[in-house]
Amino acid sequence: MSLFEVRVQAGPFEIGAEQARLSALTPEVGAVVSFTGQVRDAPLLLEHYPGMAEREMEALLADARARWPLIGAIIVHRHGPLAVGEPIVLVLTASSHRRAAFEACEFLMDWLKTRAPFWKKDALGWVDARDSDEQAAARWD
Amino acid sequence: MSVRLVYFAWVRERIGLSGEEYPLTQSLPAGELAAKLRALSAGHAEALTDLSRLRLALNQQQVGWDALVSPGDELALFPPVTGG
Repeated sequence: MSLFEVRVQAGPFEIGAEQARLSALTPEVGAVVSFTGQVRDAPLLLEHYPGMAEREMEALLADARARWPLIGAIIVHRHGPLAVGEPIVLVLTASSHRRAAFEACEFLMDWLKTRAPFWKKDALGWVDARDSDEQAAARWD
Repeated sequence: MSVRLVYFAWVRERIGLSGEEYPLTQSLPAGELAAKLRALSAGHAEALTDLSRLRLALNQQQVGWDALVSPGDELALFPPVTGG
């Protein structure tokens, strides 16, 4: 049994429930890593490209599976208006051992920021892409 | 015959549309198509002046400006992504 899933949704996600789905997959799961990104400093509006966003996230999962022995992974990304402190993105990875789960989670997050078609807008306008995010993704090449 | 154009973030706002159909009878590079689109309105001209600030996706796959756009395709124009 394995579980690989991506979702884009307006509403919140339940971290514990998503993690439990991976924890219960098989007796071989020995490590589940979770990353949650949340809105800091000021409210945001998140726009996305429906269809392509899911496709890019699926492609990232396929890439991660080719690099690490994952048993499962879930990516949930929200869109729409989000208040300070609200969760934006959840990345969960499950493997037999912690190293693969940690590394795959970081890889997915780094690539998500530079590949997945989402755009943030705050009170000052559209947020500019950052070189540091490009560099973080490039280290996995 | 036409190409379906879709715009996101400030490209959408400057053009004033989230998408539109543009007549296209034969394939041409995305960069050449973007140059033609500048003539559509002041908003198009402003949004598409500096293509180095934009990214594009052809049929939902990220491509470069030399990618060939054909009738029936969907071409998306948008700023560098900032999700996560």
